This record gives sequence, structure tokens and C-alpha cells, in this order.
Amino acid sequence: MKYSAARILWEGLTGHKGWKPVWRDPAPRPHYDIVIIGGGGHGLATAHYLAKVYGQRKIAVLEKGWIGGGNVGRNTTIIRSNYLLDGNEPFYEFSLKLWEGLEQDLNYNAMVSQRGIMNLIHSDAQRDAFRRRGNAMILNGADAELLTTEQVRNEAPFLNFENARFPIKGALMQRRGGTVRHDAVAWGFARSADSHGVDIIQNCEVTGFKIENGRVKGVETSRGFIGAGKVGVAVAGNSSKVMAMAGMRLPIESHVLQAFVSEGLKPIIPGVITFGAGHFYVSQSDKGGLVFGGDIDGYNSYAQRGNSPVVEDVAEGGMALMPIIGRARLLRMWGGIMDMSMDGSPFIDRTHIEGLYFNGGWSYGGFKATPASGHAFAHLLATDTPHDTAKAYRLDRFQSGAMIDEKGAGAQPNLH
Amino acid sequence: MLINHPLLGPRDAQEFTYLGDASLLNRPDGMAGGAAQAFHDYLYLRDNPTGEHRELWYHEQGDRSWLIVTRNVSTHEILKVELASDVALSQGAKP
Ligand SMILES: Cc1cc2nc3c(=O)[nH]c(=O)nc-3n(C[C@H](O)[C@H](O)[C@H](O)COP(=O)(O)OP(=O)(O)OC[C@H]3O[C@@H](n4cnc5c(N)ncnc54)[C@H](O)[C@@H]3O)c2cc1C
Repeated sequence: MKYSAARILWEGLTGHKGWKPVWRDPAPRPHYDIVIIGGGGHGLATAHYLAKVYGQRKIAVLEKGWIGGGNVGRNTTIIRSNYLLDGNEPFYEFSLKLWEGLEQDLNYNAMVSQRGIMNLIHSDAQRDAFRRRGNAMILNGADAELLTTEQVRNEAPFLNFENARFPIKGALMQRRGGTVRHDAVAWGFARSADSHGVDIIQNCEVTGFKIENGRVKGVETSRGFIGAGKVGVAVAGNSSKVMAMAGMRLPIESHVLQAFVSEGLKPIIPGVITFGAGHFYVSQSDKGGLVFGGDIDGYNSYAQRGNSPVVEDVAEGGMALMPIIGRARLLRMWGGIMDMSMDGSPFIDRTHIEGLYFNGGWSYGGFKATPASGHAFAHLLATDTPHDTAKAYRLDRFQSGAMIDEKGAGAQPNLH
Repeated sequence: MLINHPLLGPRDAQEFTYLGDASLLNRPDGMAGGAAQAFHDYLYLRDNPTGEHRELWYHEQGDRSWLIVTRNVSTHEILKVELASDVALSQGAKP
């Protein structure tokens, strides 16, 4: 069923009786050409591109809970391509370009809103670093602008410019960055994949792999054995747990990241703003809630909730940057489990087991990557060669010395 | 979280910095065969289990001792706290 203005008008006039469930609820078949584990943004996007762009058939997405119940429904919805390193920037710029055409591609309103992202500058050294980053972005075909303090004031007059310790000295602005309605991303990809014949199977937890002579033959699940020619794993925070069932240890730790949303307010924040001197970033949702967050809690966790010291730290950052936030009441807070990698960058790669492919290590920044990750993973699954923009995301890069460490923090996941 | 320091009693986890899996105590022998592979695995690969996890915490804002905390990472419950030096000695490290 194609969505259009005419269709909405027609349904409005006829009592909205014609809307149907947007994807089927099929029982698993005994065998698929390609099985994707994980019905998050990345798994669903992979299925969509596999079917639509790479012409693959007989695909299933297996999700242990409900689609969109993982991080794709828990993140703070920011998209951007403001990375520095060669291994990353072309990939994230490819992703931003896919976001720009996504709603037409999916025929689904994902509320892609390019309202701009401003990374604030508080010192001369930080300005130098951001100027360099901006140049790297421009070299890779992205947009970047260095704003003066006055220009920042025009964008966001409510910020605390006179903070004695961290005065605002400008910003790196990416106007094409912004936010996207996260749930709609999961639903839009799911609807499109389903319409191309992909079976989306919920309440189906993968509990083991069948591997014979170094080749994967299928997966054991809570709904029985499902045979597969190829298996792609995209389970975010559960990466280590799932790959351990194939006998693999990963360069990944699982950590919890918290997010917060205030009561709905009239529009005050124009785009996304990140504090350059503390752990705080904020945007405003279309419903009016201030959506904000900070740093990860910093210890291994699978609990999907964090602790109060980080709540306090985020609140302090918010008050330092924009004191008006103190008048808003907090509505909800939650946590999600992230697959923090050893250099802060992701993996889209084959494994030593034939037919088994891995997508993970997205850390706290995988939402913006969703379309490109799906596209690149589909490319790898369909052609057995890495997508041009994802060549650096190898699992053996710590062995070969080709890490992609944006922060230069070393093999310490809680510092990325 | 409160960490029950073996010498100082219950301390706020905020006084500590977190390093990670306690397997980092078992540094490979750099002179042994296959050391490059062993160091890669030691430095970069993790079990990253759910449930019980033994991990290294450093009492930076306190007595500067390293602790091994056994914690349930699915609930954040702390099950056991030991001095890392005691554990290393019991594993045969030279004082
Ligand atoms: C609080 C928070 C804020 C964030 N903010 C941003 C942001 O602003 N911008 C950004 O770019 N990124 C952000 N991220 C990161 C981003 O959300 C993730 O990197 C990304 O969503 C991960 O990919 P996914 O959508 O596929 O994950 P998920 O939605 O978590 O999908 C993985 C799925 O796998 C399923 N699964 C796990 N194990 C099994 C199994 N054994 N069998 C079957 N299914 C299984 C899970 O149930 C889950 O649905 C944020 C994350 C958090 C937690």
C-alpha cells in the first residue's frame, strides 16, 4: 500500500477503515538464503537494501523481542557526518546522503529534519581541532562551517556565553546534520523490506549456530532450527553474547548510555547543540521535549539503565551551558546497551567462519549510520566484497595496526 | 554503586576509575613463542559476558589501590571485592 496525500484524504473521508498492518507476521520457513539476526535499525536496513538494491530473495530478519525495541528506539536521534578520519568520514557522509533520500526510497515519513548540528568551541586549541575536522569533512564532500561567537549567538541566544571557565568562542556547524524520528526508521525499513518479500520474525531469539566444517548452516532459535545459506549478525549491545555462540571473542565491551527527555515546550532550540567542555548535548523533538544526554556510565553493563552520578553530571553540564534548562521538568530517562569497540569505530566484516558475517561495534553513534550500515552490510552479504565506504571496518584491524581511533584514546572503550 | 573496599569499607563508585575485565592482570609473556598473537588477544579481545564479571577498579580519589570487583553486569549488584594485589599474589606473582 503506497502512502500519499490523496490516500490520507480518502481514508479521512471513509473513516480510516482501509489501513492494514504494515508488515506481515509470518512463521519461520525451514530455510532462507540469508538470515539477519537482530531487528534493530541496522538489521532491518540490511534486509531492505539486500532485497531492493542487491536483488536478493528468501531473506529473514530474526528479532528476539519486537522490532525497534533495542537501541534504534532508545537513541537521541542525531544524524551527522562530522568525523575526522579517512576510514570514517566517507562512510558517514554516504549515510547522510542516504538519509536525504530515505523517505522517497521507503515511501515513509521518517521525519528527517536537517536542522543543523553545532559543536561548540571553548578554547583556541579546540577551534584549531574543529577547523581541521571541518576541512576533513569538506575534503570528503560533506558540509562544514566555522561559526564565530556572534554567529552562535544568532543561532542560540539562550546559551551561557559568559561562563567564566568555558566561554563560548564559536562552533563547528554542519547544517545538513539534524535529527530523524528513530521509531519511524525501524518501521519504514521494516515496511519496505516486508513489501520486498523479507520475512520479519519477531519473538524469535537466536540461541546457537549450526556450524559444520567451518561453514555456517543455520541458527537455533526459540522457534526452532532455521537453515541459512548466509547469516548476518547485527545485534548491537548483544554482539559479544551472540558471537560467543560461534566461539568468537570480539574487540568489544558492552556499556550503558543514558538519555533524558523533558516535558514538551514551545520551540526554543533550533538544532542540535553539543557542549565542548563537558558531557552534554541537546536537541528539541518535534513534540517539544528537550532530548539530551551525556557520557556513558563507564563500566560494563547489560542492564539498560544507568546510575545517578551520570544523571547529575549531565544535569550539571546542561545548567552550565544553558541555564534555562533548569526550569524544564524531566519527563523520562532510560538507558541502552552499546557495543563499545576498542577504537570507537565499527565493524562490517566477514568472520573466519564461512557464511557468517558481523556488523557491530557502533558504540554510541550507530543511529546516524543506519542506512549506510545496512547498505554496506547488504553489499558484503550479497557480493562477498566490502562496500567502498566500509573497507576500513575490518575485524582484524588491531592485528594489522589499522585502527580508526577518532579520539586517540587507545584500547579503552570507556574513553571513546 | 557502593564498592565495599576491603580496607576502607563502603566507598562511592565515583571515587574510582574503571579499567575493565580482570583478565588484564594476566599479562602474557613477551618472550614466549606466539607473543604477538597473545598480546593482541590480551589487549583487544574481551569475553564481555552478561551476569557475573570480574573487573579492575582503581581507587583514584582514595588510597590508590587496585581492586578486583565481582559484579553482576545485568543488575549492577556487587558480589565481592578483593585487593588486586592479594589476587595477584595468590596467583603466584612475586611481591
Ligand atoms: C541513549 C542512547 C542514545 C544514542 N544516541 C545516538 C545518537 O544521537 N546518534 C547516533 O547516531 N547514535 C546514537 N545511539 C547509538 C545507536 O542507537 C546504536 O548504535 C544503534 O541503534 C545500534 O544499531 P541497531 O539499531 O541495529 O541496534 P538495536 O536496535 O539495539 O538492534 C539490535 C537488535 O538485536 C536484537 N537481538 C539481540 N540478541 C538477539 C538474539 N540472540 N536473537 C535475535 N535478536 C537479538 C535486539 O533485541 C535488538 O532489537 C544512542 C544509543 C543510546 C543507547
